[in-house]
Amino acid sequence: MSTALESTIRIQREDFIVTDEIEAIKKASRNIGGIVTFLGTGRELSKGENITQLNFEHYPKMAEKKLEEIRQQAIRDYGIIEMIIIHRIGEIDIGENIVLIVAAGEHRKEAFKACEWAIAELKRTTPIWKRETTSKGEVWVQDTP
Amino acid sequence: MITVKYFASLRSLAGKEEDLFNLGSETTLERLSEEISKTAPKIGEMMRGKKVMISVNHEVVVPGAVIRDGDEVALLPPFSGGC
Repeated sequence: MSTALESTIRIQREDFIVTDEIEAIKKASRNIGGIVTFLGTGRELSKGENITQLNFEHYPKMAEKKLEEIRQQAIRDYGIIEMIIIHRIGEIDIGENIVLIVAAGEHRKEAFKACEWAIAELKRTTPIWKRETTSKGEVWVQDTP
Repeated sequence: MITVKYFASLRSLAGKEEDLFNLGSETTLERLSEEISKTAPKIGEMMRGKKVMISVNHEVVVPGAVIRDGDEVALLPPFSGGC
């Protein structure tokens, strides 16, 4: 039996609690047997420079649309049961949460694959931009590995 | 009217968040780039040089795309979401 989650795709300023999201996705189905999470956090060092702050902005509507497409394709192509994707915007300090992907499947194998694919796809297709502040000033990041 | 939105580094370059253009009922990205060049020549040049991704009504389009009155065009620098 499955239950529709209230918000599987979110772009928000406020922080999220990883364990709350894991508990939420468990409610999607009693057949979930493997949950994989990817949590991206604010890193201090970038290209040899110390970052003092990060700032993310997005293109409203298009960014949410792309995240929903990623979620649906992950469910369809990898056979997982549910996926939650959350990305924060605005000012983010070093060590703070930035992005969370939770992939839930019957088994671990498809959940691992779907989670890895989803973060790569998010970086490739979703209109979200990062600005780093260092001692040298502010720069919009143009290339992320 | 066609709305053009600038994001991230392109907003800094344009010095504004958006522009409005009246280019008739139908036009092309090439024609739009010429209009943008009047106030932001570097951005127009980047559009023609295919150095910027462009979306129309929230979907990425190819350079030859037709734009219609009422469309929302966005100029998108390389994405850097995630971490």
